[in-house]
Amino acid sequence: MPYIKLESHLPGITGLLEYSKDTAQPIRDLTQVLLRGPSSLSEAERELIATVVSHGNQCVFCTTAHTAAADLLAGESETAACVKTDIETAPVSEKMKALLTIAKQTRESGKSVTEDSITRAKVAGATDIEIHDTVLIAALFCLYNRYVDGLGTSLPENEEYYGVLADRIVYHGYTRLPQGYDHLKGNNR
Amino acid sequence: MAHINVPDGVPGIRSLVMFRPETGQHLYALAEVLLRGDSTLTQAERELMAAYVSRRNECVFCSSSHAAAARCLYGEGDATVDDVLNDLDASNISPKLKSLLQIAGKVQILGKEVKQDDIDVARGLGATDKEIHDTVLIAASFSMFNRYVDGLASLTPTNPEEYKEMGKRMVQGYVLPPNNS
Repeated sequence: MPYIKLESHLPGITGLLEYSKDTAQPIRDLTQVLLRGPSSLSEAERELIATVVSHGNQCVFCTTAHTAAADLLAGESETAACVKTDIETAPVSEKMKALLTIAKQTRESGKSVTEDSITRAKVAGATDIEIHDTVLIAALFCLYNRYVDGLGTSLPENEEYYGVLADRIVYHGYTRLPQGYDHLKGNNR
Repeated sequence: MAHINVPDGVPGIRSLVMFRPETGQHLYALAEVLLRGDSTLTQAERELMAAYVSRRNECVFCSSSHAAAARCLYGEGDATVDDVLNDLDASNISPKLKSLLQIAGKVQILGKEVKQDDIDVARGLGATDKEIHDTVLIAASFSMFNRYVDGLASLTPTNPEEYKEMGKRMVQGYVLPPNNS
């Protein structure tokens, strides 16, 4: 049971964003720019950053949802599974390894990001904007993970829910559905 | 030196949002609605939460600036902000605010640290769902802001007078700085 009264058909973050729409708006807008806006990092790569951070923060809802989104975007599930286990041996570029390491350090604390890991990313070809966006995506998921778990939100009763959610955030994005979410009542628990 | 090429001499988050206004505008909009929007928690109480979480994250820029804003809002000569930052348990604030700050402190560690008991205590002292929600979201948001500011090693002023001025400006609202200033 969530710690505050949320709509029962909306698990995880989805109920919180409907509970408080005035705070949801800038959070949705920020996420849309960072994860779906113009970027030299692919959408799949940005979802991997979200996945690694959510996994490190032990947030089951966000980890499962963003793993599903990363898998859908990449067309395979090996990469996301590997980065959660060990960044260095995962099948990603040297630049992504460096950026995922920065994300992991940001998750611990802003102060944990080292000069060495920034230098490694720059040597591997990362631009200032890519480094900026990596740190901000990691920081944003430190917000999401704490919001979702700090209010004790519920997990979906059915694993298939994550597939539906991944489909929405890949093909629609992070903005609110124009029709709202009432159509999910009864069939998405 | 910041890790990326932000404007010279501009402190903290201000330099980062000038570097990337596409994301900065939404960060400032979030701060504005959380800390200045309608709430039964006063603006002073919300700034205090921001300062408290930032202090726990050892983010000097955010803790100093939000403490300055909170001092402005509590009023000259009021020791609440420093009392809370020095020792929450011993501070002379309402039991309800103390219970909410305790929840904020748990959120700072990790979302999972917040237990039903913590919520029951706050509720027993009169906290509403909305107040509990806002407390958790403020604490979560500053867990983001602090990491953003320190993760990119943005400039952290050391002169307390600079923060005093910042605090006064923050009380007026969170407005994205112009691109070329």
